[in-house]
Amino acid sequence: MADRHVISVLVENKPGVLARVSGMFSGRAFNIHSLAVAPILDTAYSRMTIVTHGSEHIVEQIIKQLRKLINVVKVQDLTSGDYVEREMILLRMRASGTKRAEIMQIADIFRAKVIDVTHDTLSLEVSGAQGKIEAFLELLEPMGILELMRTGTVAIPRAKKSSKISGSQE
Amino acid sequence: MKITGAQILLRSLKAEGVDTIFGYPGGSVIDIFDAMARHFSKDFRFILTRHEQAAVHAADGYARATGKPGVCLVTSGPGGTNTVTGLATAYMDSIPVVVFTGQVPRPLIGNDAFQEADIVGITRPCTKHNYLVGSVEELARTVKEAFVIAGTGRPGPVLVDLPKDVVQSKAEFDYPRQIELLTYKPTVKPYLPAIKRAAELLAQAERPVIYAGGGVITAGAHQELRALAEMLGFPVTMTLMGLGCFPGTHPLSLGMLGMHGTYRANMAVTNSDLLLAVGARFDDRVTGPVEQFAPKAKIIHIDIDPTSIQKNITVDIPIVADARQALAKLVDAVKKSGYGKKEREKLQGWHAAITAWRNEQRLRYDRTTDTIKPQYVVEKLYEMTAGRAIITTEVGQNQMWAAQYYLVDHPRTFLTSGGLGTMGYGFPAAIGAQVAFPDRLVIDIAGDGSIQMNIQELATVAQYKLPVKIAILNNGYLGMVRQWQERFYDNVYAHTDIMAAPDFVKLAEAYGALGLRARTTPEVESVIQQALEHNGAVLMDFVVEREEGVYPMVPAGASLTKMILV
Repeated sequence: MADRHVISVLVENKPGVLARVSGMFSGRAFNIHSLAVAPILDTAYSRMTIVTHGSEHIVEQIIKQLRKLINVVKVQDLTSGDYVEREMILLRMRASGTKRAEIMQIADIFRAKVIDVTHDTLSLEVSGAQGKIEAFLELLEPMGILELMRTGTVAIPRAKKSSKISGSQE
Repeated sequence: MKITGAQILLRSLKAEGVDTIFGYPGGSVIDIFDAMARHFSKDFRFILTRHEQAAVHAADGYARATGKPGVCLVTSGPGGTNTVTGLATAYMDSIPVVVFTGQVPRPLIGNDAFQEADIVGITRPCTKHNYLVGSVEELARTVKEAFVIAGTGRPGPVLVDLPKDVVQSKAEFDYPRQIELLTYKPTVKPYLPAIKRAAELLAQAERPVIYAGGGVITAGAHQELRALAEMLGFPVTMTLMGLGCFPGTHPLSLGMLGMHGTYRANMAVTNSDLLLAVGARFDDRVTGPVEQFAPKAKIIHIDIDPTSIQKNITVDIPIVADARQALAKLVDAVKKSGYGKKEREKLQGWHAAITAWRNEQRLRYDRTTDTIKPQYVVEKLYEMTAGRAIITTEVGQNQMWAAQYYLVDHPRTFLTSGGLGTMGYGFPAAIGAQVAFPDRLVIDIAGDGSIQMNIQELATVAQYKLPVKIAILNNGYLGMVRQWQERFYDNVYAHTDIMAAPDFVKLAEAYGALGLRARTTPEVESVIQQALEHNGAVLMDFVVEREEGVYPMVPAGASLTKMILV
């Protein structure tokens, strides 16, 4: 029952805060699948998006333990509501001869951008939700991925509908 | 007027009401020590221990005995790393301790400078929070934050790392009286509908048990706990950390539960239909396998730390709150519900069952031997001090016998490393308690293994003329491990024989303390008598039965009813 959870964590942008968060995960044997972090508009704070796998019980502990850290302002399990997630990947493909066209075609379908090209390689950029990224990689993998860079997932909750609308839906 | 960081630190401590500091000097903190000697000699009592680990344990013992935060000041590098065990001990037991460490000057940080250690990095997982002070302007506020965080919510140790050049720089001193921490707001008030539901469950219970832990002591909730237990007529069992939160001699006391708990406490918890857990965290030494712990009981859990709730065990009514406030509200709710004689009479059968368990299996040992039984020593200490001493313990058999046979009636009088299980804790903790209460009787119940982990503190005791009493239950073994080897490892005593030990009596004398020894049962009483009559520090060496075990014992991983009784 190790469900995937996307947790959004607002933290103070101070030295050592990332270490506190990652150390809590490793010290308590929780899993981090990916972690993306950068300052928000008010640069006194940073936003972390953490993707983890665990049972409800474990994820409840993860969230409580995150809240317990002094530098953590707010913790949200986005998976419990409606949210949008994206990951960006950069990758370099072996792309000589006829393969090149085939790669370009797949890239086109996935709205990937060519960001670098040589005689025998092609570098691509693509972003999307987890399912899209995985499908993309699955198609390209047999064709020879030379290098792969992933940002990890970032995610944002969908805006709340006004109370009137949600009221009328009930 | 601008003053140095060293003076800002000391004035901040004064503003916090600190009057006692434990520690050890060194290069990085020499300015602070200098300022203390020159300008603050009347403000602080400084206790120089002989090892930084002992300084933190002493500050911890001071905090446990008084309820005030313990303060510790040590140098950079090894000074800091030596505090790690003390911090981890305080962290596991939720004790407010503030440790100040020196650090190399800011320009040298990260350069592998002399006596440099990344102490903030090292202690992150064993402190509630920690700080590297980035500038002298931040210093006063950081000290304030450190004390707020250490002492509120679920208390814990906080470390503040002070670069030498920050301490030497100057700034205006302005100590914030009150601060608001955006990211730190412990929930102290109970959610009232939960209290109401809890009160209803309490009234319905037929086989209730109150399971009380260290949180009751931390919150100062012992009176509320007693009021509630007496009003309801519920039996109370205590964790090791909870000893003293409810009188051990009270008719409703079941004694300690768990691995070395009493038979009646473990039987009562297992058969209960309602468990009210207060300030306790369902530690593995208490529960055994969680699915077999109180399997028939509805569980109400009061704890100030949300992470303690639903962590090890699923509870029916979680209440995140300060134990004192929650218990006070529960008392009110029970009063209002009209709970009375009729409900208490409903519990007669349950009390009869508990009495039967009690009579069936009392704590016991062979009282006919000439060789000293360690339990007898603790029992005699209890009798001859009328249960009025502040007891500290080391860790292992000595700790369990102390917990079983020294019936504690008052909070903050039984100081023991419950969570981390730190051998070497008891003696320095006794120093801390004695410094806090110079006129009280403080006894460290020790083993011959544990006492050697911080025995250098006999010098501290001599320097400050602290009348700490040490009772070594000397069996020439690392006794608890030996007991496990006897029970579970075919009597293979792998490296637990420590007969090669100093002559403790001579050792005490070498440090200027009184050393006494008893080798036979009849000598025990007179040794204790002499110790109690002596004004200074005393080390009592009780040469006890080598292979005595602690019983009852629940083997690790077994359910509470699977007790080995002798």
